[in-house]
Amino acid sequence: MSIVTFDAGQITPATRPAGAFTAAAAVAGRSVRKFVRTPQLLVISTVTGAMFLLIFRYVFGGAIDAGPVSYVTFMVPGYIVTSVLFTGSNASSSVAQDLEEGFTDRLKSLPVSRTAVLAGRVVAETGLLALGLAATATIGVAVGFRPQGTLVEALAAFGLTLVFGFAFMWVFVTLGLVAGNVQAAQGMSLLIFPLSFVSSAMVPVASMPGWMQPVAEHQPITVMTNAVRSLALGDPSLAGLSGSTASYVTMALIWSVGLIAVFAPLAVLQYRKA
Amino acid sequence: MSTPIVEARGLTKSFGKVHALAGLDLVAESGQVVAVLGPNGAGKTTFVRSVATLVRPDGGELRVAGIDAAAQPEQVRRVIGLAGQYAAVEPAMTGRENVTMVARLYGQTRRQARSNTAVVLDQLGLTEAADRPVSTYSGGMRRRLDLGASLVGAPRLLLLDEPTTGLDPRSRNELWEAIRGMVAAGTDVLLTTQYLDEADQLAQRVVIVDRGRVIADGTPDELKSRAGRDVVEIRVRHAADQSVVAEALGRLGHDAPRIDAGTGRVTIPVEGGRAVIAEAVRALDALAVDVDDIGLRRPTLDEVFLTLTGAPIDSADPDSDTPTDSDVPTIPTTDERFAARAA
Repeated sequence: MSIVTFDAGQITPATRPAGAFTAAAAVAGRSVRKFVRTPQLLVISTVTGAMFLLIFRYVFGGAIDAGPVSYVTFMVPGYIVTSVLFTGSNASSSVAQDLEEGFTDRLKSLPVSRTAVLAGRVVAETGLLALGLAATATIGVAVGFRPQGTLVEALAAFGLTLVFGFAFMWVFVTLGLVAGNVQAAQGMSLLIFPLSFVSSAMVPVASMPGWMQPVAEHQPITVMTNAVRSLALGDPSLAGLSGSTASYVTMALIWSVGLIAVFAPLAVLQYRKA
Repeated sequence: MSTPIVEARGLTKSFGKVHALAGLDLVAESGQVVAVLGPNGAGKTTFVRSVATLVRPDGGELRVAGIDAAAQPEQVRRVIGLAGQYAAVEPAMTGRENVTMVARLYGQTRRQARSNTAVVLDQLGLTEAADRPVSTYSGGMRRRLDLGASLVGAPRLLLLDEPTTGLDPRSRNELWEAIRGMVAAGTDVLLTTQYLDEADQLAQRVVIVDRGRVIADGTPDELKSRAGRDVVEIRVRHAADQSVVAEALGRLGHDAPRIDAGTGRVTIPVEGGRAVIAEAVRALDALAVDVDDIGLRRPTLDEVFLTLTGAPIDSADPDSDTPTDSDVPTIPTTDERFAARAA
């Protein structure tokens, strides 16, 4: 083999530490490359996403009364919102995997802002989420979903889901950091799935038992689904809702800001400790 | 001399009831490789992680290149490079992309990052593989790439936490070469290892750590003489003769003879060197045992460790291992992801 010698004199050192943006971009670049170069990830997440959508559309759908609109039109906006949770739980596992494999140690030993490193990660994961949401929406349209509102409203629904996704990504990154290893992260992520079902995402809340309704009505997935559905259907009353679209969107944004306000600092704190 | 590169005084760190560091003192001067040697759970990894600012000690004082690690950890990070027990590289990226990413995180401009990455890859013999995904690399190549990533910031102090754990002998030798080359070029190295031969091979100074404390410190030679006696080593042809030999020669020794069944060796710590060996030869003659080899030698670090701690290095108390202190046992795989971080 080659004779290995290392001469630090040939290296031009940095004159100052990396800025937050550079650091975030470097870390984000890695997440994106990892995603696009691991086709099995892409295929598996798309296939499982499509599978559940089809199950709800064709298996459960017939038994669920969605009120004024067809079930597929009712369900797809909700399904897209819940896919935030599926994508987020993958991010949680991959954060935990980095901890397990020493990748996080490397990043933490470097002279960069830890907040920037985490933010880069979250932004990248949210960008990848956008791809997944677009794929899900496309499949939704293919099986009969038709946005009833304007194009602007449809785009707003998509954008709002991304804002919500960004907020929830901090929750999942925190979970991954707390879990510390992939198995625990996957276990913790499972706990969050009741959120997606005890909500207005797949079924009208009114069809649930009375004691469950207050919980289902006020949890973030329902709040988010109501806003996205109001936008996608162009009229909240089509979604069986009595408020205005603006009020639902406001609530959804408040929830998103709240989640970020709580979980972004928690994630940074946990990252420092981890 | 100049400011010590690492200066630790009375470091303590507990994880729950486990005292990973129990008043550790260590001053490492610039210009040498210092090996921290000890069994699993001795506190080696916790110490290196403290120096790397990944762990904040509960008490004591820690300076790295004169910088207070508790007060200014971000300044410390500018002068260190860390390569851990696992190759912390992204398998989906190429070698070049991995190193460039770290260079950018060190604050290098795009141009600097590009040229420094090329230098590092070249010097570590990875130029040919540079544009292949790391998932196609062997275990040894991954470690070298990991080393490259920790070097691209031209750190003053390179921290290597069990750098060759899990590598095959050839990859190990390659990595040792790289480390030696680095020191020749003026980078200080602090490494942990549980391999005695690794410390012997690489370090000018060996610090033996046990239960969170330094129990011995010196050059490999000094430590060997501190353990005192020379050793008479006899290799018998028939294993069955080992106990006979041990019994017959036991009285010559200063300490109980040791029998190594696997290799047919009997070792006896002695005082008095040549005179003893002559006597041993006469005694063996009288026994009429087939002897393949007999000799007088300095003790190995293994024997030093045994003398100092009363326990061989590889049979340390597993209870002293901590969940967070990832002094993991050797993982025998040479490739793949070393995913089995001790839980």
